[in-house]
Amino acid sequence: MNSQRVFALVKKDLRKMISEPATLFMIILFPVVLTLAFGVSFGAIGGNQPTTYQIGVVNLDSAGSDRWSQHFIGNLTNMEILNLHSYPDNETAQSDLIQGAIQAVMLIPEDFSESCDSFWMAPTNPNLWINTTVQLSLDSASIFATQVIPPIIQQILGATVFGEKPASIPRPIQIGSPSLVEASKTTMFDGMAPGIFPFAAIFLIMIVAQSFSEDRQNGLLRRINTTPTTPTEFMTSQVISNMIVAIVQLALVFAMAHLVGYRPKGDEASLALAFLIVSVFSLCNVGFGLITATLAKSPESATGISFIFIMPQMFLGTFVGFALSPSAQAAGRFMPSYYVTDALTSLFLRGAPISSPMIVLDLAVVSVCSVVALLAGILLFGKYGKA
Amino acid sequence: MTSKRNPKETAKAIVISSLTKKFEDITAVDELDLKIDRGELFGLLGPNGAGKTTTINLLCGLLEPTSGSASVGGYDIQKEAHKVKELIGVCPQATAVFPYLTGRQNVELFANLHTMPREKLRKNTDDLLERLDLTADANRRVKSYSGGMRRRINLIMALVHDPEIAFLDEPTVAMDPQSRLAVWDFIKELKKANKTVILTTHYMEEAEELCDRVGIIDHGKLIALGSPKQLKRQFSAKNLEEVFIQLTGRRIREEL
Repeated sequence: MNSQRVFALVKKDLRKMISEPATLFMIILFPVVLTLAFGVSFGAIGGNQPTTYQIGVVNLDSAGSDRWSQHFIGNLTNMEILNLHSYPDNETAQSDLIQGAIQAVMLIPEDFSESCDSFWMAPTNPNLWINTTVQLSLDSASIFATQVIPPIIQQILGATVFGEKPASIPRPIQIGSPSLVEASKTTMFDGMAPGIFPFAAIFLIMIVAQSFSEDRQNGLLRRINTTPTTPTEFMTSQVISNMIVAIVQLALVFAMAHLVGYRPKGDEASLALAFLIVSVFSLCNVGFGLITATLAKSPESATGISFIFIMPQMFLGTFVGFALSPSAQAAGRFMPSYYVTDALTSLFLRGAPISSPMIVLDLAVVSVCSVVALLAGILLFGKYGKA
Repeated sequence: MTSKRNPKETAKAIVISSLTKKFEDITAVDELDLKIDRGELFGLLGPNGAGKTTTINLLCGLLEPTSGSASVGGYDIQKEAHKVKELIGVCPQATAVFPYLTGRQNVELFANLHTMPREKLRKNTDDLLERLDLTADANRRVKSYSGGMRRRINLIMALVHDPEIAFLDEPTVAMDPQSRLAVWDFIKELKKANKTVILTTHYMEEAEELCDRVGIIDHGKLIALGSPKQLKRQFSAKNLEEVFIQLTGRRIREEL
């Protein structure tokens, strides 16, 4: 592979992105404006103002006065972000939830204290534990309640009952959400931001599809093919230039989000991993762009066809998806963008370490999807799309 | 694996043997046999659809032949396509330029694709832009160029890397007379520099003015071959247009 050819092509692609107003808008201005608009609209601006979530609590714990559930509720009450309301029964709480008066209902089971006691009597022998579950009902219309509340409750539950023990040890009480959040002041935008990063990168599909269709239509792909440039060099240049664009997009979105008050959890390593995940995701979009260019006969039709890949990823795999029905959310698991959003949510919202198994799994899924989509795109375009 | 030139063919820039290209039931190039010397300026003449561009595309490795073989610069066009592409410069019939790049950036891109050293790249680019009167507009984006300017940049992009063999597919089509004369002078200079030039055209006066030999092609077949003088003498014709009429019963440009 000759680096002079590859860098010449990368430079050409980057010049196109800068000099074409439509392309520049899609890859630079659109994500910037989107971030700014959402940041202003959903509360990031103005110094990270906290949002308070209304939680209904139904305490069925049957233990005596020194009940574990009282400590648990007390610790939850201490969280500024949560406003707890006590309910005598589940039906009344559910009624308020349906009417939107509260955003979540937490049902503490009868054997809660018993379960906690069983744990402390034999912390190393799970066979002697009395397992139980704290039931949560969430307002599915609230993107932020569904994202923010479960990890906070999980966090407080862990701290109350089990102290500072590692999150990975077995426990008798389950909520079902990963215990990764250090509960703190969280805005609505904090819940959305991780999904905005892949949201912006998804539009690379359209850019790549248009670019290849135009170059094909103008005879430029054929012309490049009369030079010693190999297909590998050409595709490498595409991969590099689109990765650069994805990184620039992420940096811009991040800078804009920071400007409007977004302060994600995580350190430099988390940020570096986020850049890596989004860069890998850009390869997936290059692949989908190539498939689109193969199907499209003109740049105009490429724009339309690209939405076959853009829409599902956008609606099911980014921050938009959390407001959808459970079945739609389940469908989101087939979208590569879902795993990018999930990883970035873990890093930036829950403050998960970069070695967290969930994040590693997300990165693995995104990587596999990207390699498959890119190879499929290269093969299909090479066979059917060049002419 | 390194390619080796066939020593028997090194004297010839291009050797074509029974080359055929079919598109479904249409035979675009039909059993073509042709040899072109190194340093020769060869004209491939014929009306639109005669098979000129298909022949060039076959020789450049853009198309796979249905049958037959050919070598360019001693390299087999199928087995050693990469080596062929290192030797050639191709000016396509339809202007193929990146409109969002400047004229200079377009030229430098193709120089880089041929891995020219930086100094030579700058020198050749400046020299060619000057010779085709584009220096003043070199830093403007090509999308603001006139049709004639685009065609001149199209030509420079093909020749900036100083190729041994140049394929110029209708390089002066739709050019104003002044630009056409400038390109003719430029092509003559290539000849003086001992470059092999394969020029396709349906302008007979262009072929007469520039070419050492011409091959007249019609319906994919080579129907006449020789220098313009030889052909005119052979057919007792005043010009190549008359030669073509005698051979086919048609005017070369009536299909335009």
